[in-house]
Amino acid sequence: METVLGIDYPTWWFLVIGGLFSGYAILDGFDFGAGAWHLFFRKELSRRIALNAVGPVWDGNEVWLVIGGGALFAGFPIMYATLFSSMYIPFMLFLIFIIFRAIAIEFRGKEKMLWWRKLWDICYSISSIMLAFLLGVVLGNVLQGIAIGENFQYQGAGFFEFLNPYAIMTGITTLALFMAHGAIYLLLKTEGRLFAKLTFLLKKGMIFFMVSFAITTLYTLLYIPHLSDDFKSNPVLFAVPVLTFMAIANVPRLANKKNYKLAFFFSSLTISLLLVLVAVELYPNLLFSTVDPKYSLDVYEAASSERSLGIMLLFVAIGGPLVLGYTFFVYRTFRGKVKLDDHSY
Amino acid sequence: MDVELLARIQFAFTIAFHYIYPPLSIGIGLLMVVFESLYIKTKKEDYHILAKFWTKIFALTFGIGVVTGIVMEFEFGTNWATYSRYVGDVFGSALAAEGIFAFALESGFLGVLLFGWNRVKPWVHLVSTIGVFLGSMFSAIWIVVANSWQQTPAGYHIVGEGLMARAEITDFWAMVFNPSSVERISHVWLGAFLAGTFLILSVHAYYILKGRYVAISKKAFKITLVVATLASLAQLVAGHASADGVAENQPAKLAALEGHFEKEAAADLYLFGWVDKEKQEVTGLAIPGGLSFMLDQNFETPVTGLNAFPEDERPSQLNAVFQFYHIMIAIGMFLIAITLMGSYLLFKKKLFDKKWLLWVFVFTALLPQIANQVGWFAAEMGRQPWVVYGLLRTDEAFSQAVSANQILFSLILFMAVYTLLFILFVYLLNKKIKHGPYEEAADDDGNDDRPLTKEISEVVTG
Repeated sequence: METVLGIDYPTWWFLVIGGLFSGYAILDGFDFGAGAWHLFFRKELSRRIALNAVGPVWDGNEVWLVIGGGALFAGFPIMYATLFSSMYIPFMLFLIFIIFRAIAIEFRGKEKMLWWRKLWDICYSISSIMLAFLLGVVLGNVLQGIAIGENFQYQGAGFFEFLNPYAIMTGITTLALFMAHGAIYLLLKTEGRLFAKLTFLLKKGMIFFMVSFAITTLYTLLYIPHLSDDFKSNPVLFAVPVLTFMAIANVPRLANKKNYKLAFFFSSLTISLLLVLVAVELYPNLLFSTVDPKYSLDVYEAASSERSLGIMLLFVAIGGPLVLGYTFFVYRTFRGKVKLDDHSY
Repeated sequence: MDVELLARIQFAFTIAFHYIYPPLSIGIGLLMVVFESLYIKTKKEDYHILAKFWTKIFALTFGIGVVTGIVMEFEFGTNWATYSRYVGDVFGSALAAEGIFAFALESGFLGVLLFGWNRVKPWVHLVSTIGVFLGSMFSAIWIVVANSWQQTPAGYHIVGEGLMARAEITDFWAMVFNPSSVERISHVWLGAFLAGTFLILSVHAYYILKGRYVAISKKAFKITLVVATLASLAQLVAGHASADGVAENQPAKLAALEGHFEKEAAADLYLFGWVDKEKQEVTGLAIPGGLSFMLDQNFETPVTGLNAFPEDERPSQLNAVFQFYHIMIAIGMFLIAITLMGSYLLFKKKLFDKKWLLWVFVFTALLPQIANQVGWFAAEMGRQPWVVYGLLRTDEAFSQAVSANQILFSLILFMAVYTLLFILFVYLLNKKIKHGPYEEAADDDGNDDRPLTKEISEVVTG
């Protein structure tokens, strides 16, 4: 098997996807998080500023979803096909809400009537909440395992099987994580009364996250033993959860010191580390079969051919720095507090 | 209803809806680059205003294109799992290239394009506009490459059997330059240019007819008409090359497009007609031996007909494929005629006196859209019963794990939310057109604080 730096291609691609998903979760995370808080802001101007804080970037953030999804399809087509067809309903709901959210953002500012704006505010906020929740639900199902049988066929029954207690818990935790993250983002983008209100909301968000994260962790340790196998066999990996907890603890500390830039960095780091944690828990598997472990999919079974992976790794090596370059350029152009002008929503 | 049919309906519905927008973005993007370059070069404010105005409309089509595009990507996995496992190795690298090289470029610069007019230097802004436009062109390349591979697979080998079988890439460039990709990409690009330019022509023709923003609209109309004329003429070449390619690579599809049944016989070229599948007859107006002549410059050359293929390897909806294809060609011919006539009158400096012709241009905006839609329907339905031509049948490609109820549920939701999205699109497009190219709108209390440029005083005074 071909390797680069001692790591084989499927594992490299696993890392690439991890990176893309982290990028997506950090970016659309603050985006959804900001949307989830939206109804907590009472004044029309506050809502408008909050919406315009994500205005120039939300579309670009969703690009990471397209690329992440494409990367999963390209590198692990069998995982992609199996996961997406098994989790049909949550993915379809996700699509519907992501479109609905875009509609709400675009529609909101087009009429001046108060009821009109309130209606779209509600749609915007609910879809943001549901999107964060659904991402967590899918993640929960992946962690817990899916009823995959022979020939990669999903054997689960029922419309709502994806909504099991563990998935609900990871869904809520994801929502809480994004809300805390989104609040910090908004703190960077706002001033005055809205800023003051957000400092207060951030505290609530952090508590919400800590509690739901603690419950999810406990649930995982008690009921989903296959996830801690890797840690038992390789104690060095224990560093990952330790680092994660340290990153989490840093966020409120920095927020109290009013150092929101660094707090945002640590909040982003928390999201990445949580995904690293997920990756460590899963690897080398991608999907656990709850029917029989022999039907589980690992990175080697699910991967594309070495040639295909080799080509795509080359793409990433060339394209990755480019993407980072212009993402940086865009954020630099729009740095600082929100100023409403003619081009705003 | 069965799962396969529902999955096909859902895919057809969502892709047809999606395909309203990307061609508009590509076509409008081209003219945005033209207008903005003219502004940088001539420093004339009119071009700046035009670039800004069409950027706003571009933003609308682009945004809808993105969200409806995510749906397409997801549906491969959700509804076509067997297909995704089968083609992932090949199709995946094209999709990955699209994401990394095209889409990220597009969306990355989009923020600067839309919100950066006052934040960056004019030339940096132009670079962003070009970046977005090129990104959209590259997107089209990779998506059409992937689709062309389904029409004319190349650069792969098959590994495994039954449900485990899949195509693996052996030669990336043979996959990219598969026998149909170059002509199909050109065909799709030109179709997109036509969709965009005809929308621009339509809006400015409307302004001229209504006596609003007349001077600036005349400028825009002239420039856009030149591009549209070139595109519609080039489309004749690209379209013909595509048809030649189909004849060579997908004879069953060509036979369906042209309604040709006999195994090996000289084939007629129908201008229009009606296909009776049972009787194997086409009733309509035809040039005898015309198809043979088009393909081989000889009225006698035999062309492979539908009967040369087993019943279960022919497209089933023959009349639909035939009609879609012929509607597309008729529209293409009409677009050539109308742009040539417009260009001639422009040359003679009589164009803007012909009110009726301007009205025709107002409504013609719909025609390239229809041609794009029916063209794709003909291409995709003509490929049936294959999803990957000659390799994987559509009735084996859908997700076994998904039930009919689940698809019905999502299909209804998509119809609801897309209806809303379409209303939004029409409403916003209408609003932007009514608002006009100038930044400052009339205030709510009726105070118009726009600078009284020549064309506005024209409107005010007469």
